[in-house]
Amino acid sequence: MQTVITLREFVTKNFYIPPGTALDDTTSFLERGIIDSTGVLELVTFLEGHFGISVADDELVPANFDSLGALAAFIDRKRG
Amino acid sequence: MTGHEVVLSPAEAAGEIERIVGMLREAVRGVRRKGVVVGISGGIDSSVVAALCARAFGPTRVLGLTMHEDESSDDTRRLARFVIETLGIATLDEPLSMILAAAGCYARRDDAIRMVIPDYGEGWRCKLVLPSVVDTEQLRISSVVARSPDGREVRARLPAEAYLQVVAATSFKQRTRKMLEYYHADRLNSAVAGTPNRLEYELGFFVKNGDGAADVKPIAHLYKTQVYQLAELLGIPPEIRARPPTTDTFSLPQSQEEFYFSLPYQQMDVCLWACDHDVPASEAAVALGLTPAQVERVYRDIAAKRAVARHLHAAPVRL
Repeated sequence: MQTVITLREFVTKNFYIPPGTALDDTTSFLERGIIDSTGVLELVTFLEGHFGISVADDELVPANFDSLGALAAFIDRKRG
Repeated sequence: MTGHEVVLSPAEAAGEIERIVGMLREAVRGVRRKGVVVGISGGIDSSVVAALCARAFGPTRVLGLTMHEDESSDDTRRLARFVIETLGIATLDEPLSMILAAAGCYARRDDAIRMVIPDYGEGWRCKLVLPSVVDTEQLRISSVVARSPDGREVRARLPAEAYLQVVAATSFKQRTRKMLEYYHADRLNSAVAGTPNRLEYELGFFVKNGDGAADVKPIAHLYKTQVYQLAELLGIPPEIRARPPTTDTFSLPQSQEEFYFSLPYQQMDVCLWACDHDVPASEAAVALGLTPAQVERVYRDIAAKRAVARHLHAAPVRL
């Protein structure tokens, strides 16, 4: 739960959430235009720095990065 | 859908040349200019634009600028000269390396690359590459590929700060070229012709206030396939028509697919047409020889690129 809160804070502080877009745990970053490819790079830097995980190239897929919920689940898996 | 929707008949291609020539004359007259300046790269797009301008205004009112720098390929220099001689247009050579070095183009880029490849320096060469949209679900995140003087190749994903600095620094190249095109255009009371084709224009494959700047863009409505068709009718030499499209922005050879587009231009044209005509991915996949999942990924990539291109096309925000 704390992971999602931390991620939500980072995303809302650092990316543009279009007016009228509710950022719930399943909101698609890519479909809603919240995060572009540069944003993914910023997100990776944040994940690696804040959560102490290392993200491999083949883990950079929508299934891991496209929503707060997907990100939190990915981080949990990485941290074992 | 057959996959041939973007191909013009011979009569359509000839008619399109006449239509563009007429509209070019109107457009340049409309901005009260007497001729055109075109940056010539030796690629198909600038060759076709120069040929169309030569038809519209006569070769003496078209200035073809060649603007090489230390990292330009030898082919670029040779083929640019070849196009200019073939068309018989006026020409000037504007070497860029000293301007780029003074602006810190190379040093700032190399500093950014050293954030992930500390050994990078004198004698190394580099390019940016993206994962394939067709072969993988991976998000399109750029990596730098660098080759040492002794041939060792290193690939590293760039953090946002380094990636943005590499792109910002290399954009000096397109912006410097455009600055020189406008210098000569102003001096000659001419307009600047831009050279993007439809794929580049719509999907944002250009630098804002760099190669994206122009007074007129004669082929921005044409699919790349159509540009090649016009090239043949306009007498562009076979060697230029056979040359694979490159970016000629980085010191290592780089295809447009590995840097920006999802597919070779022939398939990309068809995919863009299909996407714009709401053709289901399953139907487009048959025409393209791809799977529906691959076409879906290309459609998503087109949408993402268009979102970025909106900013690139936008006029400044007035408050």
